[in-house]
Amino acid sequence: MLNLIFAQLINGITLGGLYALIALGYTLVYGILLMINFAHSELFMSGAFVGLGVMTLLTSATVATKYPAMAPAQHFFTQGGTAGLISMLLITFLSAMVVVGIMGVATERFAYRPLRHAPRLAPLISAVGVSIFLQNAVLLWISPQQLPFPNPFGDSVAFTIGTTSISTLKVVIVVTAIGLMIALDTYVSRSRMGKAMRATSQDREAAGLMGIDINRSIMLAFFLGPALGAVAGIFSGMYYGSIVFNMGFIPGLKAFTAAVLGGIGNLRGAMLGGFVLGIAEALGSGFISTGYKDVIAFAILILVLIFRPGGLLGESVVEKV
Amino acid sequence: MAGTKMDINTKVGAGKASPLKIALYTLLAAALIIVPLLFEGFGWIFVTHIMALVGLYVMLALGLNIVLGYAGLLDLGYIAFYAIGGYSGVIVGAWAYSHAKVLGPFIYFMMIPVAAAAAALTGIALGTPVLRLRGDYLAIVTLGFGEIVRIIITNNPFGITNGPAGLPRAGQFIPSPLGLEYMQNHWYFTIPGLGPNGFNFQFDNNLYWYYIVVLLCLLTIFVVRRLDQSRLGRSWAAMREDEVAASSMGVSITRAKLWAFSLGALWGGIAGLTFANFQQFVSPESFTFMESVFVVCTVVIGGMGSIPGAIVGAVIIQGVPAMVQGLAAAGKLPGVDPATATIIANYRFLVFGLFMVVMMAWRPQGLLPSKRRAAELAEEGEAAEEESETLYDAQHDTGMPGE
Repeated sequence: MLNLIFAQLINGITLGGLYALIALGYTLVYGILLMINFAHSELFMSGAFVGLGVMTLLTSATVATKYPAMAPAQHFFTQGGTAGLISMLLITFLSAMVVVGIMGVATERFAYRPLRHAPRLAPLISAVGVSIFLQNAVLLWISPQQLPFPNPFGDSVAFTIGTTSISTLKVVIVVTAIGLMIALDTYVSRSRMGKAMRATSQDREAAGLMGIDINRSIMLAFFLGPALGAVAGIFSGMYYGSIVFNMGFIPGLKAFTAAVLGGIGNLRGAMLGGFVLGIAEALGSGFISTGYKDVIAFAILILVLIFRPGGLLGESVVEKV
Repeated sequence: MAGTKMDINTKVGAGKASPLKIALYTLLAAALIIVPLLFEGFGWIFVTHIMALVGLYVMLALGLNIVLGYAGLLDLGYIAFYAIGGYSGVIVGAWAYSHAKVLGPFIYFMMIPVAAAAAALTGIALGTPVLRLRGDYLAIVTLGFGEIVRIIITNNPFGITNGPAGLPRAGQFIPSPLGLEYMQNHWYFTIPGLGPNGFNFQFDNNLYWYYIVVLLCLLTIFVVRRLDQSRLGRSWAAMREDEVAASSMGVSITRAKLWAFSLGALWGGIAGLTFANFQQFVSPESFTFMESVFVVCTVVIGGMGSIPGAIVGAVIIQGVPAMVQGLAAAGKLPGVDPATATIIANYRFLVFGLFMVVMMAWRPQGLLPSKRRAAELAEEGEAAEEESETLYDAQHDTGMPGE
């Protein structure tokens, strides 16, 4: 019994790390533009596909026979022990982050910026349009089927507690997720650009009057969020072993729930919300019912919103007349 | 308020008097009746099918319009009412049929109030706990509600919904409605010389439900128009524009919201029941979150609060992609070979996604915004921004880290 709780707790933390990474993207954008970026789940999915492409390029034997120049590099990445593995992963993650980050910025530029002064629902519909577009682009131009995603850590076990063994992949996911969150938090609270972002989110017009380039702050939010989403996308490919064009929808919905749970617009809230949701879901599917695990997630969300409308870390809202 | 009401009444009165309008409406009515007959006769049966589905979307859009367009409450789980209408009608209908087989032809019609009541009561059940929420928070709770309903149906609670396999169960069937079998067996004729393959008319399932759906749409339009002009409709408008001000002017916000949720849900329920009977099948797959989003898109692209807008929106969102696919599948795109037709069919959603983005940039207020809304829209952008900033400030004074 205790073992089951423990194993589910580990799964929950892993899942929570992924949710939190995606949730940060929602919350960053909401914090600045007050819009729900529905296309974020598709950027997460794109991250997984870009990651798979880069990994294939760096390790696949077919690529090596086609382009012999790649062979020595590939030899290092596949046979080079820990150093090779780490550099391969770094290249994969960084390139996916950059590509997806640019996709995020492009989405903002073409789909949302023209609508900044439109009625509130317009950007939402536009985001749904982008989401449909990206899904179908991957479906048509890459693959309509599930693609297998390699797990470079294999079955290796990081450590064993009692009878529960914890895989290296899970440890890597949690450590990376927490590391990225600390980095983002530090960046937003300490750096000059972070300060500009916070100012923009507080009052766009006043920030503009103070000489802050609000477009740059907004673009930064649309770069950072999707870049973190791309990391989550690659990890979830490794975790579940396959990726498909519509894989973004459910995690996106959950991560969004997590963002709201923590208090949308609040970075630390999104992290907390991600972990709470992941753990609740893992425990729920272990002890109540797998089929109802999504009901648990949404029921928690609804209860929190009804009793604490601002989310766990958000302030309650008083309407001014 | 009195002024607004009088304006509307004069407008309606003027519409009735103009002979041009009468001629136009007569023409429209004739087209609604005759066009599907022509499609059927010339072998384009799938078009009638699509027209009936578009009609159901019109009903959904009009129902959501009450909640979103009139009362200004963003509901992202509207499809749940469609599901509840469909399931409650089929389940209660099957129970009634198993007890009295003679009821068979009347089951569908008897189930209309059942589905409507089930959906409306669920609407109240959803509305009560979320009375205090507004804006995006309301949207998210309704989204969660929609998903919960779908997941519960998928999990087959107490064995009544048959899980992902859907209803009716193997070996059971939804009884055919009044007159359908008779019409199918007796109403057919052929004119050999007409058209390339002759004119072969055969009354079928699609036509029957098409006409039912058209009647239901007309009923919906009639009721929704009345509602908009009623005391309740005016209190919705007041609440939509400023909840606090409306409340202090004596509008009961609780009452107005609950009426909006239940009256909006009611049409979703009836549409769901009709959908289940039309398809002879109902399964949780038809009620995903994306469907809710599409209904919202229908309302917004058509123009919020506008009845013609809902119709145009339904044709664009539901009709056009389905038509493209249907035409390509039937090989009826003029001058296009089958390979290209497949490509066109495959790219329809890609283009559709782009269209939504372009459409919002070009006409964020929708294609046919209602006149009353159009007048408000000039100020809407600013007002909305101000309101959300207030909401955001309160949250963010201590919200972002490092402050």
